[in-house]
Amino acid sequence: MAEEIRLMKGNEAIGEAAVRAGCRAYFGYPITPQNELTAYMAKHMLAKGRTFIQAESEVAAINMVYGAASTGARAMTSSSSPGVSLKQEGISYLCGADLPAVIVNVARSGPGLGGISPSQGDYFQATRGGGHGDYYTIVLAPKGVQDAADLTYEAFSISEKWRVPVLILADGLIGQMMEGVVLPEPIDPATLPRKPWAVGHAVEMGRPYNHVTSMNLVPDELEAANHARYARYERIKKDINRYEEIDVEDADVVFVAYGTSARVSHGALQMARAKGMKVGLFRPISLWPFPYARLHELAEKGKRFLCVEMSMGQMIEDVRLAVNGKAPVYFYGRCGGNIPSQEEVFAEVARLMGK
Amino acid sequence: MELAYGHPKSLKPIQTKYCPGCGHGVIHRLIAEVVDEMGLQTKAIITNPVGCSIWADLYFDFDSVQPAHGRTPAAATGIKRMLPDHLVICYQGDGDLAAIGTAEIIHAANRGEKFTTIFVNNAIYGMTGGQMAPTTLVGQHATTAPEGRDPGVAGMGYPIRVCELLATLEGTKYLARGSVNNMVNIRKTKNYIRKAFEAQMRGEGFTMVEILSQCPTNWQMNPVQSVEWLEKNMITYYPLGEIKNTLNATAGAPATSPAKAN
Repeated sequence: MAEEIRLMKGNEAIGEAAVRAGCRAYFGYPITPQNELTAYMAKHMLAKGRTFIQAESEVAAINMVYGAASTGARAMTSSSSPGVSLKQEGISYLCGADLPAVIVNVARSGPGLGGISPSQGDYFQATRGGGHGDYYTIVLAPKGVQDAADLTYEAFSISEKWRVPVLILADGLIGQMMEGVVLPEPIDPATLPRKPWAVGHAVEMGRPYNHVTSMNLVPDELEAANHARYARYERIKKDINRYEEIDVEDADVVFVAYGTSARVSHGALQMARAKGMKVGLFRPISLWPFPYARLHELAEKGKRFLCVEMSMGQMIEDVRLAVNGKAPVYFYGRCGGNIPSQEEVFAEVARLMGK
Repeated sequence: MELAYGHPKSLKPIQTKYCPGCGHGVIHRLIAEVVDEMGLQTKAIITNPVGCSIWADLYFDFDSVQPAHGRTPAAATGIKRMLPDHLVICYQGDGDLAAIGTAEIIHAANRGEKFTTIFVNNAIYGMTGGQMAPTTLVGQHATTAPEGRDPGVAGMGYPIRVCELLATLEGTKYLARGSVNNMVNIRKTKNYIRKAFEAQMRGEGFTMVEILSQCPTNWQMNPVQSVEWLEKNMITYYPLGEIKNTLNATAGAPATSPAKAN
């Protein structure tokens, strides 16, 4: 039998992927442009007898995730940029307590209330921790509906493996558009193993009592805990290093773009190739860890880079770190909720190549 | 020979970090005694707040979760929804519950979340060193109310009666206010805690026991004076007793919790 392809909105596909990943608890608060996701979870989580709560705030929602995650359950929240800012306190605590969780940001434009149109202005917040203290979250950036479903599904197991929250950094375009999607196999949460570090079921687990906390007032002990977490981050960097490449081998200029920008850049690439211009595309999928090594390799091969972002230029700082002065790095960005067209991105690369 | 009285199993036999005359130690013991009597040590989970009782996880000998300041009811919501057969105890102070966590407590109560809040009201911020709390009495001195709490010119607001505030919400089933100033009130408080825990295990709805408690250090009194001050000032403003009891099963409540049979 052929695989079933369903036509779904990105927000709904993310929700269905989470349900299929065995998510036992979803907590959300209304914010555009991710409302279909919360509504989808309300319908489908409740229908399956799982936990759905429309929280009183983003702050409460992430702390409900903290509570549910501390029992070892697969837990999730979603929001959009201003709401994700509110969640930063809870994300810091999740990281400090080494709890897994999945957080979806269907990003919109900022700063402040900004607008409700798609943006990539949350890159710094997503990839540099975002809240207080020394920590990172794993950040995965989908480019479309299929990708959003696949990465969300996988995010739960990645998060559990490393006991680090995984942030799905999408944007309003990916959340709102409809595409065909093949959905992953459903996992029954009841079949997932209990976690030795979680609270609850102490006797059944044959363990001493557990204390889930991010607090330690002894400087040497807290320092040691941070070092241990950073040692784990080094292992994560070896394990997760995701990117997609299109036509980079013979390219003179390589677009570096993620998510929606990468799709637009792919269109510009096809326009350029049709005119015989050697243009490639490098799309980081894991934004943290960022695929520095491969970009550095490309820089050493003499490529030039054009970062295309829906921001004033944020990921470009990681590209410059990767390139480390070995090659020129250029920038083309739109912001405020504007999505660059492939024509304007093509025009920029053509200008750069003197065509 | 039967042991008539001993140290509760659910409380570790160690000295606490609490100041002399502080009520937290007595309250911890009451909780531990009830947990033991209900046979729920292995099914108890406490969420300890930010404040002096952040140390609670050192003292209780069962699972614990330490959430962010004021977010304890949200975290307890997540825990109890995942583990409905466990006893979830949401321990909060007055700053945690009635200031920074006001939204979380009101909405957890309104949803009728089936955990029990133990709300320790000592009318002051303890751990941070004596700042004005939402429950600080009018005229009471604090580092941030140096001339006393002034609802008038200084606009410092009025002390919040949390039980009465929450009593208007349909989701709340049992709201009681006790005190640890003397043995009679300590015994009554233990009874309130027991009723609340039993109601939780029956899954009736939101239950909370507010407990008036001394903070001699930040009230700048000795322990005996602090008890007298509580009796004279706090009990007169915060009436003791069951503020709301709409439990379905109170009259015919089983002597032992259903969970004990497990």
